[in-house]
Amino acid sequence: MRPLSPTPKTPAARSEQIILFRVSGQIFAVSSASVQEVRGVDSLSGAAKEISHPGLRKVKHFVRRGENSVYVVNAAMHFGLPPAPPALVFVLRRTRTALLIDGIEKMTSMTRLQALPLAFCHEERDWYRGLTALDQTVVPVVKPDGFLTPEELFLLDASLSQEAEAKREAERNAQDEPDTSITQ
Amino acid sequence: MTLITETEPQSFVLLRLGDRRFAVSANQIAELVAPSRIFRFPHHTSEVEGVILRRGRIVPVCDVAEKLIGKGLKSRRFYLIAQRRYGAQTEWVALPVTGDCELINAEMTLPSDTDAPHVSGWLSHAGDVIEVLNLAALTPGPGEIALTAAPLPPQEARP
Repeated sequence: MRPLSPTPKTPAARSEQIILFRVSGQIFAVSSASVQEVRGVDSLSGAAKEISHPGLRKVKHFVRRGENSVYVVNAAMHFGLPPAPPALVFVLRRTRTALLIDGIEKMTSMTRLQALPLAFCHEERDWYRGLTALDQTVVPVVKPDGFLTPEELFLLDASLSQEAEAKREAERNAQDEPDTSITQ
Repeated sequence: MTLITETEPQSFVLLRLGDRRFAVSANQIAELVAPSRIFRFPHHTSEVEGVILRRGRIVPVCDVAEKLIGKGLKSRRFYLIAQRRYGAQTEWVALPVTGDCELINAEMTLPSDTDAPHVSGWLSHAGDVIEVLNLAALTPGPGEIALTAAPLPPQEARP
């Protein structure tokens, strides 16, 4: 009797877990491993502080996380989509970005990520890791660090520093002012 | 005296955009397919309408009619899938066309200095003088990157 020969196995395609999410009716994907937290926008309202920079309208809030400030990016404004009321926030791992989105469509996996065709030659090359085909549709897979460029982070950090300095200055001035209240 | 430089007869695909016909070298053409669903997502490359899925590949759709005939196409009959070179790399692009395409053999007259960059030559066919298109000048691409980019194989998803 001959021993059974091992059945040749085709190597299983590697897959990556992704979250499909909605922004103004458009579906995007992000790697599950890139999402540190998913929170409701209401849960942010206590912790988030306002920030405004004229050149960065997509960022209106930030959250302090230890030593760092995490900036809350409105995904609809980032992608130039019509505004829609966001319901969820993705806190993105290894970035200083929290992303406002409309909702999660589903979690699934992809086995193939096609590089963005070279015909796309503007900012979108920084936005997307590539495209994936799922159920006969094409979904762009976002780069977690593509929502804020290093230059934008620099501007936001500088804006926060200026605000903090202005606040300290105002407090010093208030302490230095003579008490002009009239007592009778 | 005008010097006309003609090359050996080559194969060209004639495509129709509105009332006009243009030619592309046949060795740059992958196939002619019926229009299929275009998938759109946010981007800033205005020449690209979106992408189609073809034989498992994701192919950008570039409407070149605006550049060639001054107006975009309202209807399209086929997509001509062409191979666009980016330096050492070749990718498919889908060009919407409004009518049947035709394969011909013809001698190409080389372009002159005054021709537009998208003209790689001229054909005389059936009484018409037809522009041979230079796809690299007609369809978008990151020019500087294209010259240095190494071929990128399709990426496997990382676990």
